[in-house]
Amino acid sequence: MYKDLILAMLRSGIFGFGGGPSVIPLFRHEAVTKYKWMDNEEFGDVLAIANTLPGPIATKIAAYLGYRQKGTVGAIVSVFAHILPTCLAMVFLFSFISILSHSPIITSMVSAVVPVISVMLGLMAYEFGEKAVKGLGIYVGIGLTIVCLLLLQTFSIHPGIVVLIFLTYGAFHFKLKPKFLHKKERGM
Amino acid sequence: MIFVSIFLSFLVANLLGYGGGPASIPLMYEEIVNRYNWLSNTEFSNMLAFANALPGPVATKIAAYVGYGVGGWGGFAVALIATILPSAIGLIFLLKLMRKHKDSMIVKGMTLLVQPVITALMLVLTFEMFQDSYHSIGIIQSAAIALIAFLLLQKWKVHPAIVIVLAFLYGGLVVPHLS
Repeated sequence: MYKDLILAMLRSGIFGFGGGPSVIPLFRHEAVTKYKWMDNEEFGDVLAIANTLPGPIATKIAAYLGYRQKGTVGAIVSVFAHILPTCLAMVFLFSFISILSHSPIITSMVSAVVPVISVMLGLMAYEFGEKAVKGLGIYVGIGLTIVCLLLLQTFSIHPGIVVLIFLTYGAFHFKLKPKFLHKKERGM
Repeated sequence: MIFVSIFLSFLVANLLGYGGGPASIPLMYEEIVNRYNWLSNTEFSNMLAFANALPGPVATKIAAYVGYGVGGWGGFAVALIATILPSAIGLIFLLKLMRKHKDSMIVKGMTLLVQPVITALMLVLTFEMFQDSYHSIGIIQSAAIALIAFLLLQKWKVHPAIVIVLAFLYGGLVVPHLS
């Protein structure tokens, strides 16, 4: 079990080019698709709550995935496996190859990965969109997604705040839903 | 004493860096360059360029590098702990609470209503990543790589890591000769 955890974290740490968000699809591949530690819905919860807290996203999620599998020790092992290779590379390689980070070859290597990450994130968006439509119905599901997009992009509201607003309403959703339906019936 | 400064500076930068790693970079800059003078402005931007070229979270790489430079291996450990620990504990605590009550209608409603937000967040990230790529390698390259990546991932179910390595090789071998 520790072997799976360590391998999953090493892989996602080493292939997560492009900073924090790029690692999200890789985590999901390991935790949901490959090892089936959790379903996609639970992974969505993890992402949402991670967005409401400060600090780097990747290490928070690594810690939680480790904790969920193996408790506190799992959390520590998981974070170490995720960050240690690149942190050590940072310390040891910096003096040797800091010049390389300005070389056109290295920059184009990293740039060529970015569209791939974009596609991975897009595929995740589609799957979560599907979940939203399935749970809330097509009109409400798509409508709320558009509302979120407007809040995030047009009104530049912080993602953490948007998550909090929806979580707060969500807490009352099943209590309020019958009332909405009731009103509709009376209206007709 | 140096460990206390390292701990506090990374703790503050990451706790106030609301919105993940990238949000805390300007705050780290403030602490590392302006407040403690651990690095000069140029050193900081060189370090950031190098950190961006390596995989993995950027904030932890900066913490590792600066922590090691200022306080040796002790500094390395202290900087990383300050960066990671508080938010990791927060997430574990909140999710544990949610899982404990996962059958309650309250938590079920929260889980459901969070789906459109995650969809929107992922769409925004998709768009931003694509825009980044458009600015660095142009629309034709970006669209071609994206299309091939889509087919590999979705149609032929290739492991994401392999797709990333392929893009990496293409970027190193082909892209620099195109312009």
